[in-house]
Amino acid sequence: MTTETTETGTTEIRPAAVQVHDVHKWYGAHQVLDGVELTVWPGEVTVILGPSGSGKSTLLRVINHLEKPEVGYVSVNGEPIGVRRHGERLKELSERVILGQRSRIGFVFQNFNLFPHLTALDNVAAAPVATGKLAKPKAQELARELLGRVGLADKVGAYPRQLSGGQQQRVAIARALALRPGVILFDEPTSALDPELVGDVLAVIKDLATSGTTLIIVTHEIGFAREVADRIVFIDGGRIVEQGPPTELLDHPKHERTRDFLSKVL
Amino acid sequence: MSEPPGAAVPLASAPPAEEPPGPSSPPRTARPAEAERPGDGTAPRPPAAQRVLPLHRPGRWIATAIVLVLVAQIAHGLVTNPFYQWDRFRYWFLRPAILDGLLITLKVTAYSAVLGLFGGILVALGRLSRSPVLRAVAWTYTWLFRSVPLIVVLLFLYNFSALYKTLSLGVPFGPAFLTFDESRLATDIVVAVVGLTLNEAAYASEVVRSGILAVDHGQHEAALALGLPKSYQFTKIVFPQALRSITPNYVNLLINLIKSTSLVFYVSLLDLFGSAQSMGSTYPGDIVPLLLVATVWYLILTSAVSVVQFYVERYFARGATRTLPPTPLQKVRAGLRDLRARARREAAI
Repeated sequence: MTTETTETGTTEIRPAAVQVHDVHKWYGAHQVLDGVELTVWPGEVTVILGPSGSGKSTLLRVINHLEKPEVGYVSVNGEPIGVRRHGERLKELSERVILGQRSRIGFVFQNFNLFPHLTALDNVAAAPVATGKLAKPKAQELARELLGRVGLADKVGAYPRQLSGGQQQRVAIARALALRPGVILFDEPTSALDPELVGDVLAVIKDLATSGTTLIIVTHEIGFAREVADRIVFIDGGRIVEQGPPTELLDHPKHERTRDFLSKVL
Repeated sequence: MSEPPGAAVPLASAPPAEEPPGPSSPPRTARPAEAERPGDGTAPRPPAAQRVLPLHRPGRWIATAIVLVLVAQIAHGLVTNPFYQWDRFRYWFLRPAILDGLLITLKVTAYSAVLGLFGGILVALGRLSRSPVLRAVAWTYTWLFRSVPLIVVLLFLYNFSALYKTLSLGVPFGPAFLTFDESRLATDIVVAVVGLTLNEAAYASEVVRSGILAVDHGQHEAALALGLPKSYQFTKIVFPQALRSITPNYVNLLINLIKSTSLVFYVSLLDLFGSAQSMGSTYPGDIVPLLLVATVWYLILTSAVSVVQFYVERYFARGATRTLPPTPLQKVRAGLRDLRARARREAAI
């Protein structure tokens, strides 16, 4: 799912998978994001770390436009999300267009948010059918294949409440994959799981990471971050404090706040 | 269920237990489905001294006896009191005049229930809309029709429809009226259905709105994040989940509606109650059996709705509970199975 190379000159030939352009976001009087700039390249695995309330989940939700930033915008594969440029200004897009854009961005929730009245198979097959990408039999075939890939081939007919938390989250990942998104966002995918179930979910994410899918993961699993991340971004107070490869950021943090945070969680 | 006292073995005279029964002692024959059930005829017998006797509850027996006597008295009175005139009841129960009335009741209820539900969904969506104008209009509608008594709405519409021909052009609902011929009956049914629908939609909108609000916010977010089209989000994700809590409340409304149709008598439509009433004025001696006929028919209608409700709720429980609630037939089977198991257990001890 790569867009055509843009003619931006001699140096830049491929668009970033995700580019966050100076995003500011307020909840009432409280500023959650304060001028965030971030570029994620195709195939890159980015882990976002930060204390609670630092704005990391909000940043993730701004990327697929579940939250509208007041200032700035995000582009995915070169396409601005939720807005269009109108001369010097940014104008909001219609809901229908935004829904279409979201179907190209996968999102995995902390609480899974599977549709409880649908079987695992229908949870996964729903979106490709509803968005008109696949006919129903094709979508179900894809759903079976994806459920097999996350190790749940035998749970095709189960309803979400009949599954463990770890199994539900793996169905949710299969559901996100069914739209063949260019990038997948994970919002604390293992925070709601029993410790013994975390491993299965992380294994599936790791499998995606090694297969070259672009991933942005908000997590508290530092060990996992070290293992899969190409880059770790540390965020605090709505700003990116520092970013770099795991070994650099985790072992030799430059900033006092990063050091302080890591000393508490490591 | 208490034991006869003779079956009790005094604890003191009991022989000491040789071997405690437990999961470690395997049953001699292996019928896999029943192997672990205690009291299966083939399992080792537990020593009699260890049998736990159920507590006797004399109070419960006395209360049961009193209630049974009262129920028997009422039943006896119903059957034998000449006041009820059961022979006249039998005469009237399936009379064409009554059945015609029943048909009108069914028709008016069915139309108003379906239209009222759709109207209620629209009004609920209006109240949940982001547009302040739609919200205000929907709120006002609900406020108005919940405030005005149904009988007033019906009489208003009835008089309104008498003036109808001069008003027909400017009214948005016009075409629906005009499709009916000039016969008085059709117009009366339309008046009744419109009045009941307006009333039903106001209440249904609140039921539907509460159902939609009860759906977890995460469901809306997941539907948004997957980019599902807006109509699909509502019809396939949110509304089916809302229906689970809408169903029992809407059935309440529906039962109320069945009974409210008796008001259409006042707009000169002969429904079930209306027919009983008009027959009663022709045969004043039969008023009580005629009211009984209406009562029994209303009971039958409500029971039918309750049966449908059970299965509809069971259908929407898919995924909400790990196992579906048992149907009455399944309950009876399970009860019989328990009784048989109990009998086997008694025999084994």
